[in-house]
Amino acid sequence: MSRIVFLEERCKGCGLCVAACPVHILRPSGRFNRHGYELMEMAGTCTGCASCAIMCPDVAIRVFRSVKPRENAA
Amino acid sequence: MPTQNLEEQLRPAAGEKLVFDTNPVLSERLTHYCPGCHHGIAHRLVGETLHELGVASRTILVASVGCATFTYDYFSVDGLEAPHGRACAVATGVRRARPEAVVFTYQGDGDMAAIGMAESLHAANRGEKITSIFINNTVYGMTGGQMAPTTLLGQKTTTTRDGRCMEREGGPIHLAEIMAGLDGVAFAARCALDSVQHVREAKKAMRTAFEVQIEGLGYGFLELLSGCPTNWHMDPVAASKRIAEAMIPVFPLGVFKNKRTEQSSQSGKVHHA
Repeated sequence: MSRIVFLEERCKGCGLCVAACPVHILRPSGRFNRHGYELMEMAGTCTGCASCAIMCPDVAIRVFRSVKPRENAA
Repeated sequence: MPTQNLEEQLRPAAGEKLVFDTNPVLSERLTHYCPGCHHGIAHRLVGETLHELGVASRTILVASVGCATFTYDYFSVDGLEAPHGRACAVATGVRRARPEAVVFTYQGDGDMAAIGMAESLHAANRGEKITSIFINNTVYGMTGGQMAPTTLLGQKTTTTRDGRCMEREGGPIHLAEIMAGLDGVAFAARCALDSVQHVREAKKAMRTAFEVQIEGLGYGFLELLSGCPTNWHMDPVAASKRIAEAMIPVFPLGVFKNKRTEQSSQSGKVHHA
């Protein structure tokens, strides 16, 4: 399954990633980082499209896409 | 999520590929920009472009005045500061003294289209081999939301309390179109940073804006419509929406001049990659 990782101390809680996600799986988490910005969280199946990361002004998102298993489907 | 796990999370598991990462040209430092400010996206695009073109080690950035004053802190390239609109003039000197360097300026609308209009237009008209990234957010950001030359008609700012009025303050300046009319300009385009698709287009245009300089064709100009949630008094998502609904109809997106394609269509042959 594809996934994203938030670098939470870089996040400024702007929510542009939430608006950019085409499958609507991002939402505000109710948790805050050291700077007092509200962090986002993922709830659902990520497609690894990287839309959130493309719109993130603070380069706070890393995207991992699952590659199609070839011979060793584990 | 506890931070000690972060390192572990950032390691691609079996069957996974890291498809979005930062790039080495962008410094790790957190920017001072407000939450949701599109400067961050523009910075990332510049960093990625320089990295992909492989020219970062010989790039010299000329920073401007405004919110982008500290730009030199956010890129791992050499940089200098040219306050109050003189970035293109300084960049001219840098590029002429160091012909092997890739020189770019990063300027906002107050800097480039108001106080630095003369320097910018003349550098462009001379066809200086530099690239300018022009951030158009229709307002003076750093100084507190005053009217910029690009402020939309009817837009309320701290110096246009009843909205900008054509008879009193004139209309918004369309810098990309003005640049396209100058002979020295090799590439002039306007893109927006409000959506994923527009950001992708901006990336492509930015690459060309740098390539025309590197190939010695002339001045590269890229205008980026970006949001200023703080001075627009909006949340970041609403600011992105404003770009799409209010700005793009006034500032049409597109490439207004591209000497690269003109050249290749004239010779009717392949143009360099």
